[in-house]
Amino acid sequence: MVEVRFRCHKLAKGFGEGEAVVSKDPICFYLVDPKTGIVKERGHQLEGKSIARKVLIFPTGKASSAVQMDGLVKLLIKNNAPKAMIVTDVEPVLLGSAVLTKIPLVDRLEKNPFEAVDSGDFVRVDADNESVIVMKKD
Amino acid sequence: MELLVAIGEAFDAPRMIPVNRAHAASSGQEGDLYFVEILAKGNASCKVTTTTNPIADFEYFQQYVTKEPDEASVAWRTKNYYKQIGAVMSLSCIPYLAENIPEYGEHVAFSESSATPYVNSVIGALTNRESIQTALAAGVLGETPEYGMHLKENRKGTALVRVEAELSDGFSYSLLGQYVGKKIASGIPVFTGIPKRPRIDQYINLCAMLNVTGAIAMFHIPGITVEAKTEEEAFGGDKPKETITVTERELRQTQDELQTATGPVSVVILGCPHYNLDQMADLAKLVKGKKVRGGMTFWVNTSATTKLMADRAGHTKTIQDSGAQVIVDTCIDMFCWNNLRDRTGMTDSPKCAYYRRFGPVKVGTMEECVAAAME
Repeated sequence: MVEVRFRCHKLAKGFGEGEAVVSKDPICFYLVDPKTGIVKERGHQLEGKSIARKVLIFPTGKASSAVQMDGLVKLLIKNNAPKAMIVTDVEPVLLGSAVLTKIPLVDRLEKNPFEAVDSGDFVRVDADNESVIVMKKD
Repeated sequence: MELLVAIGEAFDAPRMIPVNRAHAASSGQEGDLYFVEILAKGNASCKVTTTTNPIADFEYFQQYVTKEPDEASVAWRTKNYYKQIGAVMSLSCIPYLAENIPEYGEHVAFSESSATPYVNSVIGALTNRESIQTALAAGVLGETPEYGMHLKENRKGTALVRVEAELSDGFSYSLLGQYVGKKIASGIPVFTGIPKRPRIDQYINLCAMLNVTGAIAMFHIPGITVEAKTEEEAFGGDKPKETITVTERELRQTQDELQTATGPVSVVILGCPHYNLDQMADLAKLVKGKKVRGGMTFWVNTSATTKLMADRAGHTKTIQDSGAQVIVDTCIDMFCWNNLRDRTGMTDSPKCAYYRRFGPVKVGTMEECVAAAME
């Protein structure tokens, strides 16, 4: 197994690890089923796929200022929230929601995360030490 | 404070700056309750005017609070905590028209999809795309971290949007926002080809939809919105990072993307975002002398302040005489609509279609909604 370490920039503190799920589409957590962690938004790249306890790599958040937090809290209550999040273009609604739900969030990965990580890789996000470790699946 | 400092640090904000007003887009759901409960239990109170978004008119919807007592009680508790901490119970998603109006050049913290771009673009106040919680924290503290949209250099256009479609009504502005939000996702669009100043409700629809399919805090319409007289000024001397063109074709495709129903409907919900007085007047004119068909329910959501004015103008009575119901304080994404799950609905709001609680959906103009429901 190939293991690569990248520097990154801390947005919301904490440590989280898990299987990577990569989405080129922005994510609205309100349009994820809290009971299963499955994305239900029509036409979304992750439609029908689970983000439960995964490390999510996606460009940015989107949608209403209210529901991003509601979506994440509902997922947390059911233990289906992501373990950590890596974004390329942070926006404040997502960041505020991550800080309050204590889900580690980082950006500015030293390599383009969409090239560095594939869905199925195992990823460790250590926001406090601004480090991301990617273990490539074989 | 910890929340705002974390945000400030993440965005490399050098300091906190004072704000005189905030708008918390209270949703009455778990995430909202979580934070406002912490504040209320810690005896926090709003230092500056802090308005609230629609939750639900519990008195009106009493009869519907049967299927999901948990969801209703979360909403009820959330609403009470907002009152407890001294928020203004505007319960409106268009507070910038009446209860909480920022000034040009004023630093504020406004959450709510339509509110953030409206106050930045149309009024020329300065706010980031706040979440409920960061806006509420700013309301309690009277300050916000200085980053992003509070700085002049971040208010330049990033994407050129050439509009080659005729934007003849409020609905077409919704479709424009929906398409552009999805296409550019973030950044600041600069619209050209919009020949005349949009009506307030058209602005509202555009603003709301830009933040359903995207995360967009501001836009410019050179020569019309306050911060740019020309296209050059809108881009602040930079070149657009991307250019897109929107024709009738894109708008029709966008409309089709959302529709999941074709046949007859049995529910119509209008007023997402809340209808303003112009829309109440338009609707009253349209429904005058008509009647809602049997087996059909027809709701119009608006703010309490707007309804007061609509009452005085006679619009409310005209609308109610048709069999439609005028609701205040309520969001379309609430427990009180859950009993519509099995019914096919129609709305003039792609946002309502997106977050709807009813079953299959059709979207169309206000006129088309009225035609589908009344005779």
